[in-house]
Amino acid sequence: MTRSVFIQLILLALVVLCFAALPFMTEGFYLTLAVNIALYVALCTAWTLFSGPTHLVSLATAAFFGVGIYATAIGVEYLPFPVVILLGGLAGAVFAAGVGAMTLRLSGVYFVIFTLGLAELARQLVTYFQTKIFGSIGLFVLTDHSEGDLFHYLLALIVVIFVTGWLIGRSRLGFAMRVIGNDELVARHFGIEVARSKIILFVISGAFIAMAGAIMAPRYAYVEPASAFNSTMSFLVVIMALLGGTRRLWGPLVGVVPFTIIADLISAYFPEHINIIIGLGFLLIVYLLKDGVSGILLKALGSNRLTRAQGAKP
Amino acid sequence: MTRPILQIEGLRKVFGGLVAVNDVSFSVAEGELLGLIGPNGSGKTTTMNLISGALPATAGTIRLDGSPITGLTAAAISRAGVARTFQLVRILPGMSAVENVIAGGVYSRAGRWGPEAETRARELLARVGMEGRSDLPLSAMTYIDQKRVELARALAADPRLLLLDEWLAGLNPAELQMAISLIRSIHAEGMTIIMVEHVMDAIRSLCGRCVVMNSGVRIGEGATADVLADPQVMAAYLGED
Repeated sequence: MTRSVFIQLILLALVVLCFAALPFMTEGFYLTLAVNIALYVALCTAWTLFSGPTHLVSLATAAFFGVGIYATAIGVEYLPFPVVILLGGLAGAVFAAGVGAMTLRLSGVYFVIFTLGLAELARQLVTYFQTKIFGSIGLFVLTDHSEGDLFHYLLALIVVIFVTGWLIGRSRLGFAMRVIGNDELVARHFGIEVARSKIILFVISGAFIAMAGAIMAPRYAYVEPASAFNSTMSFLVVIMALLGGTRRLWGPLVGVVPFTIIADLISAYFPEHINIIIGLGFLLIVYLLKDGVSGILLKALGSNRLTRAQGAKP
Repeated sequence: MTRPILQIEGLRKVFGGLVAVNDVSFSVAEGELLGLIGPNGSGKTTTMNLISGALPATAGTIRLDGSPITGLTAAAISRAGVARTFQLVRILPGMSAVENVIAGGVYSRAGRWGPEAETRARELLARVGMEGRSDLPLSAMTYIDQKRVELARALAADPRLLLLDEWLAGLNPAELQMAISLIRSIHAEGMTIIMVEHVMDAIRSLCGRCVVMNSGVRIGEGATADVLADPQVMAAYLGED
């Protein structure tokens, strides 16, 4: 490990520790906002692990998130919370592997449509089995975890996601994904198993999203399919990640923070118009911010150094 | 003739009602530089695509060093030791020239990664005449330089068989001389090469042997000078009478 990497790690650890102290300093509105921001940072960064390099827009976030919520709803009575979170991640990984094997040979638009249907499919399946087998639709999630606890779990998850993303960026797999993103035909002709590489990334991304769902489950108290598999979340994740920029590991981070705060203000002052404003915002992002806020930041800094975060030289 | 590295028997490719490659057989000896020639639309590039696995064959077998590669994916064929350039240059635009060349070796037969891969990439870029220019952005490179990067990428795979699909097309006379001597020197180092080409001067000066195709059928095979003098071949290029 080089000296500069070591210094960066220490700085990062200090930043994380500062954030970890947040729940001891505030509660109520600001803590809830902080949990929301942490949640979307985790979701968007996990989403970008897959959709960034492949350029495939996945709308399956809500499906994986719901799987995680149900993992907690079913398991938390019998197992410790951290174990349940890991099991939620495992369930998400298995789900993603199945879905990926079926769909990742599809290209572009077919994949998007399939993933959009996935959350709905999962919702209907869960509803069906719950009514047929268990006789009732909902599940209670009764834990004594406070918002502060959830925040700490999310913070830990974010750290794990970033470390994973950093490692992938430096690995052969990360390099393969960049080649695939540039030209799939060339990738195939130089020995890269395109479908398999995409599935591996989809599994990693899906597992992290499910873990975020498992962590957030106690907030719901009462879980039913309609609230667990909520497609709006899939779209919000795409908007925020694109706002931040998907070409760097830290891109979504700079998209989520302003978006969440602004969306919160808008919904406080114009509760009736939130969807119109988000829709217009989305159009502006797609037309004006092709490389996201992180791209603008980099240009402003006049440096291309950080671009390597996601695709470091081997 | 030394042992054949590539053997093609009864190769056939049908697109709907069109027979693009019709029962073609030929073989390539280790260390040979074979020209695959014929008029436009004669099935040369399709044959290359069948060898590299870009397209699945309808019938027939292709063997690389004795083991069949027909039916394998392009990725598996690459690991078996076939590397290629493309008729229209396919550079990876979002990556540097060095990364482009590294990409040729990571998952292919070479399996090279890390500092070793970068060193090798720089060597190969120098080898194809890009010394001192390998860190230029790709967008600033001329067409011939992009072709050089693509050739270096194919060489990075440590191929046992190199497929050059009209690598000489679109070059001006000075560049052409340079490119011909580059291919000659790579061949002189022992590389087995099949080149699809329209530039007859290059074929004459480089290839010891040629296979000629027309309308998907192999119409000639043999020493380059003999093949080019064959009336049937001349008719295919210039028309009857």
